[in-house]
Amino acid sequence: MRTNDVMLQTATKVVTFIILMFAVHIFFAGHYTPGGGFVGGLLTASAIVLLMLAFDIPTVKKIIPINYVVLSAVGLLIAIATASASIVFDVPFFTHAYDYFDLPLFGETSLHSALLFDIGVYLVVVGVTMTIIQTIGEDE
Amino acid sequence: MSLVFLIFIPILAALFIPLLFKRLGQIHTGWFVLLVPAALFLYYATRLPSVMEGGTYVSELSWIPSLDIAFVAYLDGLSLLFTLLITGIGALVVLYSIFYLDKHREQLHNFYVYLLIFMSAMLGVVQSDHLITLYLFWELTSISSFLLIAYWYTRDRSRFGALKSMMITVFGGLMMLGGFVLLSIMGGTYSIRELIAQAPELAQHDFFIWALVLVLLGAFTKSAQFPFYIWLPDAMEAPTPVSAYLHSATMVKAGIYLVARLTPVFALSEVWMWLVAGVGLFTMVWASFFALKQKDLKGILAFSTVSQLGLIMSLLGVGAAAYHVEGAADTYLKYAAFAAIFHLINHATFKGSLFMIAGIIDHETGTRDIRKLGGLMSLMPVSFTVALIGSLSMAGLPPFNGFLSKEMFLTAMLSLQEFNMFSMDVWWVLFPIIAWIGSVFTFIYSLYFVFHTFAGKHQPEELPKQAHEAPIGMLISPVFLAALVVLIFFIPNLIGDWLVKPAVAAIQPFLYDSPQNVDIHVSAWHGFNTELFMTLGIFAIGGLMFWTLRKWQHLYDVYPDSISLNRLYDEMMLLSYGGANRFSRIYMTGFIRSYLVYMFSFMTFIVLLTLFLNEAFQIDFSNLAPIGVYEIVILLALVGATLTILGSKSRLTAIIALGAVGYSVALLFVIFRAPDLALTQLVIETISVALFLLAFYHLPQISRKEERMKFRFGNALVALGVGVTMTLVALSAHSQKSLPSISEFYKETVYKEAGGGNIVNVILVDYRGFDTLFEIAVLGIAGIGIITMIRLRLTKKEGQHENK
Repeated sequence: MRTNDVMLQTATKVVTFIILMFAVHIFFAGHYTPGGGFVGGLLTASAIVLLMLAFDIPTVKKIIPINYVVLSAVGLLIAIATASASIVFDVPFFTHAYDYFDLPLFGETSLHSALLFDIGVYLVVVGVTMTIIQTIGEDE
Repeated sequence: MSLVFLIFIPILAALFIPLLFKRLGQIHTGWFVLLVPAALFLYYATRLPSVMEGGTYVSELSWIPSLDIAFVAYLDGLSLLFTLLITGIGALVVLYSIFYLDKHREQLHNFYVYLLIFMSAMLGVVQSDHLITLYLFWELTSISSFLLIAYWYTRDRSRFGALKSMMITVFGGLMMLGGFVLLSIMGGTYSIRELIAQAPELAQHDFFIWALVLVLLGAFTKSAQFPFYIWLPDAMEAPTPVSAYLHSATMVKAGIYLVARLTPVFALSEVWMWLVAGVGLFTMVWASFFALKQKDLKGILAFSTVSQLGLIMSLLGVGAAAYHVEGAADTYLKYAAFAAIFHLINHATFKGSLFMIAGIIDHETGTRDIRKLGGLMSLMPVSFTVALIGSLSMAGLPPFNGFLSKEMFLTAMLSLQEFNMFSMDVWWVLFPIIAWIGSVFTFIYSLYFVFHTFAGKHQPEELPKQAHEAPIGMLISPVFLAALVVLIFFIPNLIGDWLVKPAVAAIQPFLYDSPQNVDIHVSAWHGFNTELFMTLGIFAIGGLMFWTLRKWQHLYDVYPDSISLNRLYDEMMLLSYGGANRFSRIYMTGFIRSYLVYMFSFMTFIVLLTLFLNEAFQIDFSNLAPIGVYEIVILLALVGATLTILGSKSRLTAIIALGAVGYSVALLFVIFRAPDLALTQLVIETISVALFLLAFYHLPQISRKEERMKFRFGNALVALGVGVTMTLVALSAHSQKSLPSISEFYKETVYKEAGGGNIVNVILVDYRGFDTLFEIAVLGIAGIGIITMIRLRLTKKEGQHENK
């Protein structure tokens, strides 16, 4: 027996993208206004979970063919690499650097090495959350 | 190039080994590895001329300046000698291993990576002037030795031997660390050179004797002295190149090195001399006696190594006596330290070649059991010649280098009659007698090793393989070492000037200003004296006993295994495993609720105790914000949802109610203007509800009902305790502000110094970045844990027999 989930599926198709866009916004806005890698990662994961609830795990796996374990590993590596990059410049471990640049389209923008670290956090959060949910969900 | 960087060259080279093995598998990886020790050997050899003159080199690399920890490479006569041994024997062993280990069947990348790590570690041990980094490298040798012994990790015996060696040497290493820390407390420095400079003051300190004993424990475990030697015979499960390199020529001599290096610090003490000389001599006679019990070729060599290490150790102990005698440079006592270093070099040459021969026999006949071997003389003539040279040198016969150092050993033991302190005037006579007995057994096992393998009757039906001579490449290294054995006999004084005297000057700086002042001349013939008659006695008695060996060897079987040191080790391991297991089972119930009870009760206890001890209970209701209607509504919803969870009969209700709790808290965050927290809380709630729904099917139904039936007083108490504690902490924290709030600091610095606007996020990624880094690491570990639990299904039944 299969329940009728047309409404859920239709809504999901739109809402997922909204959530994802919001996640990206929140991730980048994090340094000045509420948000950051952790929340961004969780929001992204929730978008994918929504997809999984509306459709099913095999379908979602086909749409997003990402190995989440590898994703978490990559995230961890990025975080550690950012933290240790400061050693090369002969400053203590985990010293961040930032400056303001005039970029086309964006205007004056602040670029911060903390963002790189946040990318690592983001990837780990998405990776681990999805690993856990997928592993438990697939378990018979 | 700076010396201190050279230590790390092998470990850096190790990074490329896996790549070379994968990409250039047609070429045996050993050929690339060979370049490393060979090049290092040549480089260090260029330092020889100036070190011979008494020159030293120091090079420093700062590591943790705030703790005063640095890598300091200090090259003097002693460390250069060891460095040359490590790189020289290392090159020969790698060359030998190229033919010993098959490139198609063996995991060469593992082997050579471990070997190179060991090489770096060993160079670090002998060159470090800083005690803490010395300890670091010391443990690294134990770890790489562990990995190399367990190289054939599918064999039970290999893993057993590896674990045993690690347990014993790491135990010793930790003791040694304690000794080092005491030394640094006494002297106010980690530098060995500075400690030596203030040796007389150190000897007055209360900690002195403790430091001495602890450091000796480290040296004795590493150098396989009685009663810690038991790991070395089991370490013979390692591939033979490893046994030749680590467990005979280099690593086991780290303890000797440490004793030699710290002699100037500790020699003042009577305990030092008695312990080093006594334990060394006892080890020598004990191990040489039990070497004859062994049936395995490598077992014989292992016991002989233990015995020879004891010999060198005892010489260093006797050498410490020179510290106490006025003008010792003119007495016979001066021979002890010289003999120690000289024998160390000789031992490396003959024992290295013997180990390689044992490996060749294993490789070409398929067995190392001496009862099955015999009559290989005509089949393996080159191997036989090398084995004969090595064994006779070990037995102390001319014209081989072992004869010279054995004579000096006896001279040094006899010299103790000139020494009349520390009640030596009564006991000295024991030393030459025990040394003589040990030498007799050394003579017998040397002959036993070579003649029971190569002479006698050939038994082809007993051998797994058709015996034949080894390939030429495998013979290069042992033949080279055997040639050295003979050569050193003819040019002992050249070796003495180049290598031994600079090392002796480093061990006995109080006797000699420079290596040239070491006034010792080695000669093969020095007239009819006591040493010569003792040697002749060794040959006569030893020869006679070897002739009748078959008649009395079975006496060894009378000695029961049940009271051996090995048995003691096994029992101790069983006890600790079993004990730890039983202890854990008392509180590890397997139910998460039990663990939560432990955690909560402990937390409550600690927090309440701290509050109580600091008299921190305070309730102050002034300065409160007004309570609005929203707060009240949300709190009521919160309490209602919590009660619903407790009272709900179905799990679905509980999950939904739990979600309601989370969302209410998020709303509270919104009201108190914490948008970051609110956002995170909302998303987390959403995802955890989804997770619960997923896990819903897997949760057992019945157990929950049972749980609800009983009211548990203990649990209620814990729950109440947690609630009361949290309330008290919150109220007390609000009521007293002895420190200014840290948020002011964040507000001031967040834009100027951290370049951000959102304090919460800047705290996460910058101020407290370490926390976040470790948190995401923990997240990753949790993910891996869930995968292992669910996908791999390591159930109890499968887990029990992982060996089969």
